[in-house]
Amino acid sequence: MKRHVWRPLYVVIGLVAFILVFRFFYVPTDFGVQERGYTFGYHRLQNEQEWKDYPAKFKGSAYCAECHDENATSIAESGHGIIPCEDCHGAAFNHPEDPETLSIDRGRDLCLRCHSQLLMPSSQRNDLPGIDPTGHNAGIECADCHNPHNPSLEDM
Amino acid sequence: MMKRREFLKSAAVFVSGAAVSLSALELLDPHEVLAQNPELRWGFLVNTYNCVGCGMCVKACKIENDIPLEANVTRTWVERYVITKQGETYSDCPKGALNGFTSKQIDQNESGMKKIADADISEAFFVPKLCNQCSNPACVQVCPVGATYSTADGVVLVDRKWCIGCGYCIMGCPYGVRFFHPVEHTADKCTFCYHRISNGGNTACAQACPFGARQIGNLKDPNDPVTKAVLTERVGILREEFGTNPNVYYIGLSKEVR
Repeated sequence: MKRHVWRPLYVVIGLVAFILVFRFFYVPTDFGVQERGYTFGYHRLQNEQEWKDYPAKFKGSAYCAECHDENATSIAESGHGIIPCEDCHGAAFNHPEDPETLSIDRGRDLCLRCHSQLLMPSSQRNDLPGIDPTGHNAGIECADCHNPHNPSLEDM
Repeated sequence: MMKRREFLKSAAVFVSGAAVSLSALELLDPHEVLAQNPELRWGFLVNTYNCVGCGMCVKACKIENDIPLEANVTRTWVERYVITKQGETYSDCPKGALNGFTSKQIDQNESGMKKIADADISEAFFVPKLCNQCSNPACVQVCPVGATYSTADGVVLVDRKWCIGCGYCIMGCPYGVRFFHPVEHTADKCTFCYHRISNGGNTACAQACPFGARQIGNLKDPNDPVTKAVLTERVGILREEFGTNPNVYYIGLSKEVR
């Protein structure tokens, strides 16, 4: 064959070789077909560990009770005992080291998430005590009258 | 003296017979069988009766997984359905229910807010939604680079280092649970809080729910409360006709829920 045929062919072969070499160094060794097969499991295995190492922010009410045990026992007996501490007190992160104090949400909007009255016949929402946010002491914080840790109206 | 024809015949019969019995007697490697049927498969149970639409799950999810609170994307959300006595269905999901449902006004997008009189309401309920972690995930099949995948324990994850942001998976998901992460600039989705459940914890959404409307469990463990409920109660899955085999089960799933 003549040289004008070979010359572009060398270019193509060179390109293919370059791509293969680049791929060899660029693609991690753990990348490939894993347990779930080619269709669903074609990935970089190390990424599973990376997701497992993602830092958790919420620590759970049991973690709070390790230090704040008096609060935990008294609140658990009240009507709000089912609410996790971190729902109002915010995520613990690395409390008590970082942050040293948590910013508590005492806002009216937080209470209204459950206690704004809506007619929801096929939901537990119907069983919760509810108010009309525009009619029931609008503009005042709920915590001014109600104790969030003991919402019983008799004890008010 | 055996004839050549007879020898060939009986040899063929013997070889084929021996081949069958050999394959039948092949010993199974227990590790191989276990790999096909792993001990762990994550499943999720949502009880729509228990959900009160407070949206604490959405808030907790966003904080836990570093999804900007005010960005209009979320890994989980809660929908409100209101069905009137005339048979009309209205649904809304303001900001993914990040701030809960506090108003009787139902957001109908361009047609504005709709208020339905209490006397007209026949059924009304909340439906929490999250990634279904499908057994046959459409989003994984369409990824051109192998950035999204299904783990052996049944969770679909996105490799943020490998994702090129083409958006095929976001289009491919029949449930619309995927979105483009505004900070990471990659596709993002619910991971069932893989970092929490893999280390013995609960998902952030299930932990934040005061009413137990959300539960995570191991579908391979017959004594797990989630597995028991899935096996013994009337549970539904979303968009069964897509053949994705979701692993999120709903108690009290109404036919109006899309």
